[in-house]
Amino acid sequence: MAAEQPSALPIARTCPYAPREEHVRLREEEPVSRVTLPTGTQAWAVTRHEDVRTLLADPRFSSDRSRPGFPMVEERSKQSASVLPRMLVSMDPPEHGPARRAVLGEFTVKRMNALRPRIQEIVDEHVDAMLAGPRPVDLVRALSLPVPSLVICELLGVPYDDHEFFQSRSASIVSHTASHEDQKTALVDLAVYLDGLLRAKEAEPGDDLLSRQIGRQREEKGSVDRHDLTGLAFLLLSAGHETTANMISLAVLQLARNPEAREALRRDPGGTPHAVEELLRYFTIAEQAVGRVAAEDVELGGQLIRAGEGVLVLSHAANRDPRAFPDPDAFDAGRGARNHLAFGYGAHQCLGQNLARMELQIVVDTLLRRLPGLEPAVPVDGLPFKDDAIVYGIHEFPVTW
Amino acid sequence: MSMRVSVEEDRCCGSGQCVLLAPDVFDQREDDGTVVLLDPAPPEGLHEEVRESAAVCPGAAIGVREDA
Repeated sequence: MAAEQPSALPIARTCPYAPREEHVRLREEEPVSRVTLPTGTQAWAVTRHEDVRTLLADPRFSSDRSRPGFPMVEERSKQSASVLPRMLVSMDPPEHGPARRAVLGEFTVKRMNALRPRIQEIVDEHVDAMLAGPRPVDLVRALSLPVPSLVICELLGVPYDDHEFFQSRSASIVSHTASHEDQKTALVDLAVYLDGLLRAKEAEPGDDLLSRQIGRQREEKGSVDRHDLTGLAFLLLSAGHETTANMISLAVLQLARNPEAREALRRDPGGTPHAVEELLRYFTIAEQAVGRVAAEDVELGGQLIRAGEGVLVLSHAANRDPRAFPDPDAFDAGRGARNHLAFGYGAHQCLGQNLARMELQIVVDTLLRRLPGLEPAVPVDGLPFKDDAIVYGIHEFPVTW
Repeated sequence: MSMRVSVEEDRCCGSGQCVLLAPDVFDQREDDGTVVLLDPAPPEGLHEEVRESAAVCPGAAIGVREDA
């Protein structure tokens, strides 16, 4: 008799403000259990905060997306995983450590603090444009998308004159209305551009990430691998553009829904860092980014996970684990919990997390100060949320003030 | 209560949370973001932040020993 297929695990979000019931039930009743993913493959689902940390800290679980058994939640990821260049996110020890350390210096707290004035400028420019423009306006197009894309321009060392080009191609790549052809063209345009930019920096280095990576490669390998560095630039773009953009939109939404919290922040911007942490925990937008495949048999949460079996982390549910967060489903801007899993955990924890924090803090403070009347221009229940996307967010967010 | 802090550089993932929480105790190396322990015996006023740093560290790289 055929073995019973483990229950199907729906992944798409149904509510912006809480994890799916099915995920919560698993967390409470079957914390480490077999499920069937929408792709038809089977995997383990891990939902408790403590188990997620144990899993992500255990080197016996591989991050290699090309390994058979790696849990893919949708067909698209399955296909693209095989053609993606070997990126940090997919590396295991011993390759991972040195590769990550080679770029870590670009993301230290000190470096992020040095970017603060420029980020503030970028945010102010976009608020200026909003104030001078018509209302209502789509927050996503006017602020959420351009700000992180321009910050990445700063990081990479894209010359000012090329910012518009870079920004429009990045927007195309993540657009849900752009055709596949347009998206492909945008990708190629950017790849060609980056190759040219790298050549220019090889000849004349600047004070930026790409120039420093060129210098590092020359020192360590004697030559420059432009393909590798283009891949790095794309990784930073794909990891740091839409994610931060989505959080900006959701931050504005959540503060609009919570006038008390908004007022408290306006009166005391010192509370912004805690509010940003709570926004990150509350929405846990990058849930689908976190999966592993067992490289050997491992026991977790009383279950035996066999080598070759995939494990999916349901971070949104884990970030509402009452064992880790008192009154977990409440949005408490003053909670100050830094142990959430929105940026993951372990050796692969988000490289850009401090950049994300800084961008969000600056956006929240600036909007509260300069656009205090900012509010949704449509009922928020009708907003087009990215229910099916790999990173949760809002497609369009008409706002007014 | 005295506190003795230690760090394991090999486990450090460079997340910088310790630096954000307790900048008088932790710093990051400029070239590769690895933790630098500034004060292995921090004063009592910083003990809370150091405990939190150890708790949130994604690499579990911070060791805290407390003696009465």
